[in-house]
Amino acid sequence: MANYSTNEFKAGLKVLLDGDPCSILENEYVKPGKGQAFNRVRLRNLKSNRVWERTFRSGESLEGADVMDISMEYLYTDGEFWYFMEPNTFEQHQADEAAVGDTRKWLKEQDVCEVTLFNGTPLAVGAANFVELVITETDPGLKGDTAQGGTKPATLTTGAVVRVPLFISTGEIIRIDTRTGEYVSRGGKG
Amino acid sequence: MSWQPGAATEHLRARADLLTQIRQFFSARSVLEVETPLLASAGVTDPSIEPIIADCGSEARYLQTSPEYAMKRLLAGGAPDIYQICKAFRAHEVGHRHNPEYTLLEWYRLDLDHYALLREVAELICSVTAVDGWQSWPYRTLLQHVLNIDPMTASYADLNAVAQHHCGEIPGDLDRDGLLDVLMSHVIEPAIADWGLVFVVDYPVSQAALARKVISADVIVGARFEAYLGGVELANGYWEASDAGDLRERFEADNKLRRQRGLVRRPIDERLLSAMEAGMPDCAGVALGVDRLLACRLGRSDIRPLLAFDWSRS
Repeated sequence: MANYSTNEFKAGLKVLLDGDPCSILENEYVKPGKGQAFNRVRLRNLKSNRVWERTFRSGESLEGADVMDISMEYLYTDGEFWYFMEPNTFEQHQADEAAVGDTRKWLKEQDVCEVTLFNGTPLAVGAANFVELVITETDPGLKGDTAQGGTKPATLTTGAVVRVPLFISTGEIIRIDTRTGEYVSRGGKG
Repeated sequence: MSWQPGAATEHLRARADLLTQIRQFFSARSVLEVETPLLASAGVTDPSIEPIIADCGSEARYLQTSPEYAMKRLLAGGAPDIYQICKAFRAHEVGHRHNPEYTLLEWYRLDLDHYALLREVAELICSVTAVDGWQSWPYRTLLQHVLNIDPMTASYADLNAVAQHHCGEIPGDLDRDGLLDVLMSHVIEPAIADWGLVFVVDYPVSQAALARKVISADVIVGARFEAYLGGVELANGYWEASDAGDLRERFEADNKLRRQRGLVRRPIDERLLSAMEAGMPDCAGVALGVDRLLACRLGRSDIRPLLAFDWSRS
C-alpha cells in the first residue's frame, strides 16, 4: 500500500497504526510561533472500534491500510464462523466472532450486510439499518392493551431479545432498528 | 472542482477595510511603507520552516518565508522605521489557521526594544479589533502557572512526563524544544484562549531564533515575544540580534539541527550577513499574520473562508 504523509490525512483515509487498521476522523495542523509543526489526529481503530488521539510530527507518514467495505449476503453460521458471499463474484468469506461482534444478533440468512475487509479478511460486519426477524418466544398477548403502550421482552430466532408491544405474539415477524435495537413495527408478509 | 471564490463579498470588504486601517496606523506614526522582492537567492535556515522554491530557468529562487532579511538590509542601508504588507510562503502549512501562501504585516522600529514594540503591537490590535486591554507573561512564568513546571530548569524526563500526561501519545523522539512546542500548541494555547490579548515574552535561548540574548530574572533568554489573541498566535517579534558572527553561528546551528532531523541544508544568506557587518541600527521588529488578525476581528477561528481563494481553490 502507498504511504500517506500527515498533510494528506483526511477524514475517511484508512491507515495502519501499530499494525491495526484505523480510519482517520480528524486531522488538525498545529504549530507554535517559531517551533515545530505537529498534526493532532483522531483515528478510529477499526479492530477495537476505539478512538485514538495521536500527535505526529508534521510530515511523518503512515502506511495505507487495505480496507474495503463490500455489501455481501449472509449465508449461514457453523457456530464458529459466519459465512458471507459477494453477490457479484459469489466469492465467500468467513468472519470470526470478533469480526461479527454484536451484529450477530441481527443476522438473518440471505440478508445483505456491509462487510469490512482488511487484507481480504472480514474485520467487521455491519447489519442493515432495519431487519425483520421472527419471534420465537414471548409471553401471550393481552387483549385490549393495544393503546396502553406497555412492552414485554421477546426472543428472536437469532437469540436477540428486544422489547415489543404487548399485542405482539410468538411466531410474528417484527421490524427492528439495528442501530438502537428497538422494535419499529410489525414486519412484512410472513 | 469549483471556480467560485471561497470568501463572501463582505469578507473581501472587511479585508480591504483592515488593510486601510493598518496603513493609516503606520502613516500616523510616520512609518514608511516599503516593498522588497518575493523571490530571493537565499532563504532561511530555520529547521521548522520549509520554503517553496521557484524554478527561474537558469536558477532556483526562494519564495520568501517572511520579508525579514530584505527589510533588515534596508535598515542597514539607512532606511528609517519601515513596514510592509506582503505575501509570504511556507510549504506544507495547511490547516484552519495556515495557508501555504498568506499575508504578513512586518515592521521595524529603530531604537525600541521588544517590550516597547510589544506595546505598539497591542495598540495596533486594539485599534482594529474589539480588544481593549492586554496582558504580558514571561514564557517561564506562564508555563509555571499553567503546567506547574519550570521550563528553564526542569529535567528532560520531567518535561517528557508532563507532555505525556497532557498531550496523550506524542512522537517518542522529541528533543527538549520539541516537548515545549507540543506543550505550547496542545496545552498553553487552549489554556489562554479566554484570556484576551496575551503577550508571551522572553523565550528560552534555544528558542531565541533571531532575537538578541539578554538577562531577565537572572537567566539568559531570547528577547522575543509572541502575541496571542483567543489562543491564536498572531505575531512574533524580536529585539533584533545584529552581530554578524553571532547570526552566522545560529544559521550554522540551524543547519546542524536540520541534518539531525534529516532535512536538507539551506544556504546561508550572505547578503544579510554582509549587511550586519556593515551595521544594522538597534531595532525591534515583528511579523503579524494579517489573515488571522482578520479572523479575530470577525470573530472567526478559521482563516480559509476569509481568503478569496484558499489553498484548495487556488
